[in-house]
Amino acid sequence: MNIKINNNAYWANPGETILQVTQREGIKIPTLCYMSDLTPTGACRICVVEIETGQLVPACAFPVYNGMEVQTNSKKVRRSRKSIIELLIANHPQDCLVCVRNGNCDLQDLAAEYGVRSYRYVGEKRSGKLDLASPAVERDPEKCILCGRCVRMCHEVQNVGAIDFVNRGFYSQVSPAMDRSLNTTACVYCGQCVVACPVGALREKSYLKVAWEAINDPEIHVIAQVAPAVRVAIGEEFGLPPGTITIGKIPAALRRIGVNEIFDTNFAADLTIMEEANELIERIQSGGKLPLFTSCSPGWIKYVEHFYPELLEYVSTCKSPQGMQGAMIKSYYAKKTGLDPKKIFVLSIMPCTAKKFEAGRPELSVSHTDPDVDVVLSTREFARMLKIAGIDFNRMPEEGFDDPLGESTGAGVIFGASGGVLEAALRTAHYMITGKDMDQIDFTSVRGLQGVKESSIKIGNATLKVAAVSGLHNIDRFLEEVRNGNSEYHFIEVMACPGGCINGGGQPLPSSPEKIKKRMEAIYEIDRSLPKRCSHYNDSVKALYDNFLGKPGSKKSHELLHTHYMKRESI
Amino acid sequence: MQTFQEILSQKSISDKFVEIINDRFDAGKAGISPDMIRALKSRLSLEAVERPVVMIGMGTCGLANGAQAVYDKFEEELKSRGIDAELTRVGCVGYCAEEVIVDVKVPGFPRISYKRVTPENVGTIIERTINSKEPVIQKALGKYPDADPALWSEIPLIHDIPFFKSQKKIVLENCGVIDPESIDQYLARGGYSALSNVLRNKTPYDVIKDTIASGLRGRGGGGFPTGKKWEFAYKAQGDQKYLICNADEGDPGAFMDRAVLEGDPHRVVEGMIIAAYAIGASVGYIYCRAEYPLAISRLEKTIADATAYGLLGKNILKSGFNFTLKIKKGAGAFVCGEETALIHSIEGKRGMPRPRPPFPAVSGLFGKPTIINNVETLANVPVIFNKGVEQYAAIGTGSSKGTKIFALSGKVVNTGLVEVPMGTTIRQIIFDIGGGVPDGRHFKAVQIGGPSGGALPEQFLDTEIDYENLKKAGAMMGSGGMVVMDEKTCMVDLAKYFMQFITSESCGKCIPCREGTKRLLEILERITKSYREEETEVDSLMRFQGMLYLERLASVIKDTSLCGLGQTAANPVISTLRYFRDEYEAHLYERTCPSRACRQMLTYTIIPEKCTGCTLCAMRCPVEAISGNRKEAHFINQDICTHCGQCELNCRFDAILAE
Amino acid sequence: MSSESVYKKYPKNEASNLIALLQDIQEVHGYLPEDDIIRVAKHAGVPTSRVFGVATFYNQFRLTPLGKHVIRVCRGTACHVKGSLDILQTLEAELGIKAGETTRDLQFTIETVACIGACSIAPVIVIDGKYYGGLTSKSVYKLINEYMKKD
Repeated sequence: MNIKINNNAYWANPGETILQVTQREGIKIPTLCYMSDLTPTGACRICVVEIETGQLVPACAFPVYNGMEVQTNSKKVRRSRKSIIELLIANHPQDCLVCVRNGNCDLQDLAAEYGVRSYRYVGEKRSGKLDLASPAVERDPEKCILCGRCVRMCHEVQNVGAIDFVNRGFYSQVSPAMDRSLNTTACVYCGQCVVACPVGALREKSYLKVAWEAINDPEIHVIAQVAPAVRVAIGEEFGLPPGTITIGKIPAALRRIGVNEIFDTNFAADLTIMEEANELIERIQSGGKLPLFTSCSPGWIKYVEHFYPELLEYVSTCKSPQGMQGAMIKSYYAKKTGLDPKKIFVLSIMPCTAKKFEAGRPELSVSHTDPDVDVVLSTREFARMLKIAGIDFNRMPEEGFDDPLGESTGAGVIFGASGGVLEAALRTAHYMITGKDMDQIDFTSVRGLQGVKESSIKIGNATLKVAAVSGLHNIDRFLEEVRNGNSEYHFIEVMACPGGCINGGGQPLPSSPEKIKKRMEAIYEIDRSLPKRCSHYNDSVKALYDNFLGKPGSKKSHELLHTHYMKRESI
Repeated sequence: MQTFQEILSQKSISDKFVEIINDRFDAGKAGISPDMIRALKSRLSLEAVERPVVMIGMGTCGLANGAQAVYDKFEEELKSRGIDAELTRVGCVGYCAEEVIVDVKVPGFPRISYKRVTPENVGTIIERTINSKEPVIQKALGKYPDADPALWSEIPLIHDIPFFKSQKKIVLENCGVIDPESIDQYLARGGYSALSNVLRNKTPYDVIKDTIASGLRGRGGGGFPTGKKWEFAYKAQGDQKYLICNADEGDPGAFMDRAVLEGDPHRVVEGMIIAAYAIGASVGYIYCRAEYPLAISRLEKTIADATAYGLLGKNILKSGFNFTLKIKKGAGAFVCGEETALIHSIEGKRGMPRPRPPFPAVSGLFGKPTIINNVETLANVPVIFNKGVEQYAAIGTGSSKGTKIFALSGKVVNTGLVEVPMGTTIRQIIFDIGGGVPDGRHFKAVQIGGPSGGALPEQFLDTEIDYENLKKAGAMMGSGGMVVMDEKTCMVDLAKYFMQFITSESCGKCIPCREGTKRLLEILERITKSYREEETEVDSLMRFQGMLYLERLASVIKDTSLCGLGQTAANPVISTLRYFRDEYEAHLYERTCPSRACRQMLTYTIIPEKCTGCTLCAMRCPVEAISGNRKEAHFINQDICTHCGQCELNCRFDAILAE
Repeated sequence: MSSESVYKKYPKNEASNLIALLQDIQEVHGYLPEDDIIRVAKHAGVPTSRVFGVATFYNQFRLTPLGKHVIRVCRGTACHVKGSLDILQTLEAELGIKAGETTRDLQFTIETVACIGACSIAPVIVIDGKYYGGLTSKSVYKLINEYMKKD
């Protein structure tokens, strides 16, 4: 189809929207409520363009037709967009200077771009109470612009439905049922709503202060652990292109702000693989519950606890890598070095908001009194911390993690992308069963950004049917199959966030499909570049088993590296 | 009395219905004589009765005026006098101002309508009309032409009285005339014959072509050609299609749909079956406001009866066509009049509209092709197929065919429901039919089309009503609310009233409607406020600044809103600014309300010479702003007074001065 | 009708029955108790937040118990131009509550309605389903005081 945009001719495909064409052709149209991959709601009207009839139509939702003539920058369009921004500002707290999204806010950007220079409309503002009760996600309804992205994320992508629109008209709000706090709902704390939010209405609960206090306390031995997905994303916070690998700068920066030792969550990821691969083989061999679901995504775990508690037995009992690392630091490492576990402060840097909740689970404590992980910072908080400390991140030298819990393999790093845990586990399971590595280490059929990736693999005489699922709405089909007793799968990796941890709720903002893609590419690039790419070749892991745990699945392993789950009510 | 169904129970019902409906009953075949059927038909259509029949208008307005008490009184009196008479409920004849309306039909005499009947009149009516066979002249509204015109010649024919004379009742022909709960009465007056005709003689596409040719346009507001709309759904691919009747009449000041549903529900159902046949829908919904309980209960009975008679359900009238009908109760949201919002509501969601395209005719309810027609539109459909396309299309103007029902209310003598041919002037409706403005006041404006329409001043009185003319004038057909205003109505206050309505009914989805209408309302509130309530200089600055932005904001809301509600949300402001700018200026610059309707701008004082010290005003004042001793002149404390006007409303001595 | 029979009336996991379910529950209790909102969600197979979103969207639904007498004041256009605001304000002043509120003794609730559709007898109010039309500030004062005396 031939259409004209701003008097220039373009080719468009039937069924495309105006916005799809302009995005492809590099013509910028602002959006607020638009989310790629989801049906447009046409709610915010900021993307209106003028068509040949003089009508304004939303570019995000309006399909092109042959002979269409679009103006993206007419007087009417400019005036309408500016008015919409002014209307939003009139109902906004206007506390940009003290807002978590200051300098990184869609509304602020639009106000700047459209030259809003006065508060044209003044009047009543929507009021709503702050919701600070959850350990991971906070809500500030007064900042909300009601674009609905969080709601759609929570319902359509994550299938949780913890929040929805309530009330009507000017008094509409986004809120949990009965105006409750998030912590009393089935919210899984995945933080995808935070990623979706164009303003500061949703944000992670910040623990920066607690982290600083520990660092500044000379009595406390602060040990950091850094998740795999952080190293391919944090650069964005410092102006580096998405997907920049900053694997060496992170430990360097942490040392410079006074963290005593820096370990790698990838080490624990390798350890997880040893335990999980072992668990998978045991279940297959002993006729245990199958499929085995992975357990490293805390959002996913909470999801099963709320919505499918009767299937908890299918979930791996392995703690997540964060949990294992915490447990090893406070048991093995403390014992080895003679440090008092009570004086060790484990600081986790995670791409995740749900990890903040996970760290507080009482069953994840080797001492049964103090948590194994003391504080969890998101990638964003970590970046803020470095900025406060005056760290010029981009000029940090390349340094390594500390031993012994800093060594890792390619199998550990790919935990950061959806499909990675599955791939890493298969690499090791193959070795455990057959005694040799797979011919082709790269198991590419479970890589990529699709929500469901299925495959099968022949190990020895057995053919395993496997799947990697990300974005929680994709998992229901698999769970229903298990519930109905007709699941053919052996092993299913689940990541709450679409694409896995690289797109976690704690990652740099704003996010975009292009950025996620770059981060994913970087993850596999690290894997490729490492000399060891299978968890069973991690020497420190081997040493840990030899000196402390015995073998995978041993009594000690179960005591320290495995956990249990509980049924939770869903509201 | 036997029903049709009882008479025909020994034979296949559907076959016989077709025959009855089409008057081609063949004697001998069914074992019942055609004379029996014919007698039943004329008996049911109340043209010939063998004992007196009393018909009481018991629509919502009748009931609101006390029809139930009148009914009870009739029941009691007829019983105590031992009179063998039939007592039935009918719908609303439309003359709301004269409710309670009671019709009496005595064998051999014309049917006579009595107005403003109270329980006290019941005895007289029975005594004089039923017993003595003479009319109660001072209560008579008119008589029907169903008997010798020489009888009761002092009573005018009902169609000749001013309220009815200029009307043309084709959609409302049964309203107030038949018992709406009797399918037999509807059948006897030709009901379901259009359906029978369509099912036997026309393909679905014929029906669509005929409907296009008839010129019928949507009566719900937009005026889109009904047949064209059906054609979209007819052509859309889908294993399942739906037909929805939009009975969520939400315009404040409109009640024509309620009257039709309460007064002649079978007509709507018949229209729906024909529409469903045309588009190929097997399931239909009537989405009716929960605020219309009477309409809902009558619809439930209507559907049950039609199903029992084989007019709904499987294989309707042996045509092979299946159609089932369900009622969904709306839960109170004006925006659900918008098609996509209504669909969301039926799906059990918040009634928030979505962008179109895709249009519901392609992807509607549960993602299937769906047609939504308004009550009045569907009620027109049987007329087209009874009268024939040409005859229907002969009514009305070039672009707008048929009749339109208006709900005439406000400052007009004859409030009520009015059906006129398209092309009738506004003046004819308000002055000829409506009897003009009461209490010797002057006509100022008429709001046509509800909040989304506009207020038209005197110079438009001779406008011939059709879709295009109203739009040109700055109003719209809307669903047909017509609220008359006199010089005591302030147009700024009216705009404010409508903006209050719109803000509270905005769904909140799109920014211009959610945020913009609120700001419009605030600007109007500032303009209509008194001096003393401005707290800061910013307030007074905002008054003037707001006025400057009023038009700009209104046009942005109009241009950018998501749905029809939003796009017309600013119309009350746009239309009043267009014709009554001087009133805005008076509020803004002179700080007065010329109509004295904006109480906030008035100062209330007590004229000591007139005050008797009765203390009533002090008692009624909600904020205790009035003080004074008994039997002494009272005094209003201006710092406390909230300008509610209760003192003025309650003073019996005209001692309150408001200026 | 009891809550139980309402739940029995509608098949499970049919989200399109959500509004009808809530209407029937409200019919039983006069309002929507929290426990029922949660149960309706489970019954209809949708998140509780959605049920709450629906319950707060439509005018009909109430989250708090109603008074013994429910006064519905029509705020339609015809009623407005004939002084329904005066009627409302008189009621509010007499009962000491605002529209949408219930008196502390749970005797009266005032609600406003967009339009009752009885424009011919404007201004009109409905008390417990009974229509009162053609009101003035004085007559509504008398009317409400009769109701107050009755109890």
